[in-house]
Amino acid sequence: MADTTREPILEVRNLVKHFPLTQGIVFRRQVGAVRAVDDISFTLYPGETLGIVGESGCGKSTVAKLLMNLERATAGEIFYKGDDISKLSGRALKAVRRNIQMVFQDPYTSLNPRMTVGDIIGEPFDIHPEAAPKGDKQARVRELLDVVGLNPEYINRYPHQFSGGQRQRIGIARGLALNPEIIICDEPVSALDVSVQAQVINLMEKLQDEFGLSYLFIAHDLSIVRHISDRVGVMYLGKMVEIGSDTAIYDHPTHPYTQALLSAVPLPDPDAREGRERIILTGDVPSPANPPSGCRFRTRCWKAQDRCAEELPLLAVPQRYADADTAVAHDSACHFAEEKPQVTHA
Amino acid sequence: MPEPHRPDTPFDAQGAALDEAVVTRTDPGRARSLSSDAWHDLRRNPVFVISALLIVFLLVIAVWPSVIATRDPLYCQLSRSLEGPAPGHWFGFDTQGCDVYTRVVYGARASIAVGVCATLGVAVLGTVVGGLAGFFGGFWDALLSRTTDVFFAVPLVLGAIVFLSMIKLSGIWPVVLVIAALGWPQIARIARGAVITAKQNDYVQAARALGASNSRILLRHILPNAVAPVIVMATIMLGTIIALEATLSFLGVGLRPPTVSWGVDISAASDGMQFRNAPHILLYPAAALSLCVLAFIMMGDAVRDALDPKLR
Repeated sequence: MADTTREPILEVRNLVKHFPLTQGIVFRRQVGAVRAVDDISFTLYPGETLGIVGESGCGKSTVAKLLMNLERATAGEIFYKGDDISKLSGRALKAVRRNIQMVFQDPYTSLNPRMTVGDIIGEPFDIHPEAAPKGDKQARVRELLDVVGLNPEYINRYPHQFSGGQRQRIGIARGLALNPEIIICDEPVSALDVSVQAQVINLMEKLQDEFGLSYLFIAHDLSIVRHISDRVGVMYLGKMVEIGSDTAIYDHPTHPYTQALLSAVPLPDPDAREGRERIILTGDVPSPANPPSGCRFRTRCWKAQDRCAEELPLLAVPQRYADADTAVAHDSACHFAEEKPQVTHA
Repeated sequence: MPEPHRPDTPFDAQGAALDEAVVTRTDPGRARSLSSDAWHDLRRNPVFVISALLIVFLLVIAVWPSVIATRDPLYCQLSRSLEGPAPGHWFGFDTQGCDVYTRVVYGARASIAVGVCATLGVAVLGTVVGGLAGFFGGFWDALLSRTTDVFFAVPLVLGAIVFLSMIKLSGIWPVVLVIAALGWPQIARIARGAVITAKQNDYVQAARALGASNSRILLRHILPNAVAPVIVMATIMLGTIIALEATLSFLGVGLRPPTVSWGVDISAASDGMQFRNAPHILLYPAAALSLCVLAFIMMGDAVRDALDPKLR
C-alpha cells in the first residue's frame, strides 16, 4: 500500500504539452496548437499505483511519453526524487531512464520482430553495462522470463511465435530488467482478451509486491483501474478534472464528468441497474486545438452556468467539503462539485 | 487455385502460438526468425529455385569461365569471319573470326562484375542517404530528399553517356562509378520510406525509453526492419544495371574492346547487313544478356514475395 507520508518519488508540476499546428510548405507558420496536456500536476508515492483514466484523446498517452522524455514538455517540471528530469539530456537522462521504465500498449508492435526474446530482454543490459549482471547475462534473462511466468527455454524464440498475453509478459520483463522504481504502463492490457487481461494485471500486482514498484497506470477501463490503483486521476481534454483515492473517485465522485463516466459503466446486476440514474452526455468532445473557455467540460455539462465559461475551476478540495473528514474531501476541478449518490455503484 | 496445405508455414506457427497449451507442448528451443521463414518459403518457390540456379551458374562462369570454355576469347582467325556454327564452335564466328561461344561465356564476367559492383554502390549510397533522411527528418530530410530529387531528374542513360564520354577511361570502374553515382536516388527513396515506417513502431520508442543511442536504434532496430524493400529493389536493379551496361557499351561509351562483354559484342554485331547474313553473332550474346537480366529480376520478385509481411 502507498505510504503518502513519505516523500513523493515522482512529482509532476504544471506539465504542458502543445503540439504546434503549422501551415505552409516553404514558410511554415504556426496557426495554433493542439493542447494535448494542459497544466497537469500530480504526485506518485513509492510503492503506489496511480491510475489515470479518461476517454480517447484526452492526453493520457502524452502524459506517459512526457514522463518517459520521449516527448519534450512545452512547460512544467517533472521531479524524480526532487530533481527536475524534464530538461535532462544525454548521460544524465540515460541514468534516470534506468529508474523509470515503460510498458507499452500494443504487444504486437512493441517488440522488435527481428530480435529473439533473449536479445529483447537482454538489450537493457547492453545499453546500461553498469547495470548488467556480473557474469552470465543469459542466466539473468532466463530468470526474468521465469519471473513473468514464461518458460525460460523460450529465450531463443522470436516475438511472432507468442500470443498477445505472452508478448506483453516479454514487454514487462524488458521493463523489469534494470530494476526500475517506477513503471509507466500505457494501457498495458487494452489490446488483450479479457481473460488474459486478468492474468497480466495479477502478474503486475505480484511484481509490485515483490519489487516495491510504483506504477503509473493509464487505461480507459474503469474497473481495471479500480482493481489495481491506490489513487485515481480523471482526465478530460488535457486537464486533470478529479484526483483522489480509489474510494473517493469511485464511491464519492464530485466532478460531473467523473459521475458521467461512472454511470456509463455497465452493471452486471439488473436490480442495481433499476435504482441508478444514467447520465447521458450530449455533444462530442471539443477539439483540443480550440478548447472551450473556462471549464473545459462546460459545453457538455448539465450544471454549467455563466461562471463556468469565465472562470477556470482549480483542482482543489471543494469548499462545501473542506471540513469533511471522509473520502468525499478530495481534489475536484468544478465550481459546483457535489456528490451524486445515484451513480456510485460502479 | 486450391491452397496447398503446408504444415510448416509461419501461419501455422503463429496459430499454434496463440494457443498457449500447444506452445508448451512443442519444442521450446525451436526458434524461427522472419528471415528464416522467408528462406523456408523461398526454397519451395520454383521461380526462386530456377533463377537462383541460373544466377549461381552465371556467377561460376563469371569467376571461372575456363570451366566451360576452353578457348581464348581474344584468339580470332579473320579467315573464318562470320562463319556459321561448326563442330567445336557451336555458336559460330563473329566478324573478327572469334569464337562466339567463348566470347559469350567470357562476357559474363564484365557484365556481372559491373552489375554487382554498381548495385552494391547504389544500395549502400541509397541506404545511407535515404536512411539518414528518414531517421533524422526535418531539415536533414528536406536537404537530402531534395538532393535525391535533383539526381532523380537526371536520366540515367543520358547522364551516363555524358559523363562516360567526358571521362574516356577504359575498364569497368568508370562505368561502375557513373552508374552508382547516378542510380542511387531510387533506392534512397525506398530506404527513406522504409525507415520512416520502421521508426514509428513502438519497439523503437521502447529502445529510446531504455536510453539507446541513435546509432543503436538505427543499426539494431530500424535497419533490420527496413532493409527488406532495399534488398528487393537492389536485386531487381541488378538486372537493369546489367542491361544498362550493355546499352552503354552498345552506344560505344561503356566498356570498349578489347574488354569482352555482352554489350560490346552486341554493339559489334548490330550492323544490319551482318545481321541478315549471320544472325547468330547478335542472337547469342543478346540471349545471354536477356537470360541474366531475367534471372535477377525474377529472383527479386520472389524475394519480395517472401519478405512481404502482408503475405504472411
